[in-house]
Amino acid sequence: MRTTIPIGPYHPLLEEPELFRVVVEGEKIVDIDWRTSWNHRSIEKLAESKTYDQVIFLVERVCGICSTSHPIAFCNAVEDLANIEIPERARYIRSIVAELERIHSHLLWFGLAGHYIGYHTVWMWAWRYRELVCNLFEQISGNRQSYAMMKIGGTRQDIKEEDYSRILKTMDELEPKVNMFIGAVLDDPVLLARLKGVGKLSKEDAIKWCTVGPVARSAGIDVDIRRDYPYAAYDRVDWKVIVQEDGDVLAMAVVRLLEILESIKIIRQCVEKMPQGPIAVEVPEIPPGEGIGVEEAPRGECFHYVRSDGTNCPARLKIRAPSYVNIPCFRSRFIGERVADIIIILASVDPCYCCTNRMMRIDDGTGERTLTEKDLLKLSWEKTERIKNKFKGCSRSKLLE
Amino acid sequence: MGNNNHRLSGIKKWGFKKSPWVFHLSTGSCNNCDIEILDAVTPRFDLERFGILLVGTPRHADILLVTGVVTVQALPRLLHVYEQAAKPCMVVAIGACACSCGIFDGGYHVVGPVDKIIPVDVYIPGCPPKPEAIISGVVKALAKL
Ligand code: SF4
Repeated sequence: MRTTIPIGPYHPLLEEPELFRVVVEGEKIVDIDWRTSWNHRSIEKLAESKTYDQVIFLVERVCGICSTSHPIAFCNAVEDLANIEIPERARYIRSIVAELERIHSHLLWFGLAGHYIGYHTVWMWAWRYRELVCNLFEQISGNRQSYAMMKIGGTRQDIKEEDYSRILKTMDELEPKVNMFIGAVLDDPVLLARLKGVGKLSKEDAIKWCTVGPVARSAGIDVDIRRDYPYAAYDRVDWKVIVQEDGDVLAMAVVRLLEILESIKIIRQCVEKMPQGPIAVEVPEIPPGEGIGVEEAPRGECFHYVRSDGTNCPARLKIRAPSYVNIPCFRSRFIGERVADIIIILASVDPCYCCTNRMMRIDDGTGERTLTEKDLLKLSWEKTERIKNKFKGCSRSKLLE
Repeated sequence: MGNNNHRLSGIKKWGFKKSPWVFHLSTGSCNNCDIEILDAVTPRFDLERFGILLVGTPRHADILLVTGVVTVQALPRLLHVYEQAAKPCMVVAIGACACSCGIFDGGYHVVGPVDKIIPVDVYIPGCPPKPEAIISGVVKALAKL
């Protein structure tokens, strides 16, 4: 017998509204379907009514966790459009902020993943050490999240010399903790039994479903925008792309944890090598044209496309967020798995649902439509209006004939 | 009867103040406010030491924490959740979005801020508000009782 389990849209497990319909036969999952857009805020359209400078604050709010990835991708796109070369110091600052964000995002994920499989201590610990990064952000930018550090042509704020030592100290504090987490994951027989081989994504499927970021890297695909299309200061420091082969939940956890160590490495080098100089260049008028910008967000490639018509507002902004690309791979990962593993497989791609809310449904093409009270009233009023127009100028007696 | 009622409400009030249970609902947020709420229950801020507990259903909740603008698609759900919540129920609007639509004002999928739909007791501004601000907002909501 088939049963459908709805997860969402407002489900205690999900931070944000999202609906998964999981079809099960007994304990086995046979199908999964996905509904979205409770969080759709019409950002792309709103961007057309804001100036380039304002759009940065808007795209910062596409997703709260990647709140520096979207601005960097947007700035990259506009800089590509207008051929702006940013100062060297700004490159390093961008890298530092983006890597700090990766650390806090991966720790956040690790904590939640621990919580989902019943390791509540892991949740509390990971979030506690994440606070170190939040504190650092508060010191550097003035805010724990949504740092507003990016600007077309450079950065909006500088990282002061007196903050360097604090950054390095925090990295020294974090590194042993992350190593402890890695040890805990790799040595724990329960975790291995629980996560190994669960929600497997084969390399072919990873390519077929166009996955990006840690999900693709965990399945043996060696992609990383930071290395392949270098931006900021990534080509000036020494680091490596973490790739695993298995594509299961365990591999995804390992990729993320090892990436934290790489991020720490990048931040240390950036702080050491940070050149002196200006943090932003004067931005000329934005000429008509098109530009694209990519950024490796904690969840994968974040893509922005900007078209300009020569005014001070973009004529079109297109955003492709990584979670939107990664979630469809559930189709191949869920089928055949057990009900108890639903939640950890859902969590394994580190889905950020507010990035995936792309549209407003008007007609979904199935012929099904839900009419609300407002729709019915509108239909009724429109009908009256039509009849009124039809009989305009007719006398009452003629109407009654 | 009247006295009884009064006494009951006294007990209710006492229970409410000592251990308010909160339900969190995102009607169109960017996730940041939601993360800060979760942050408030993790070790650094540890809301639970005040008896404040995050619950999984509005039926158990004394306080609704609403984040984000209200979108067209979330509107019926918000009303539904509000109807389900046992009264008296406080509503706290968290973040610039929930208070005033913030930067998303004017979007085609945006209905309005939360207080356009349901009565709001406490507004916590900020984008996102820091966990300290959220805690202080919840405490202010309790003081209103
Ligand atoms: S107030 Fe700011 S942080 Fe909170 S949901 Fe709105 S945009 Fe995000």
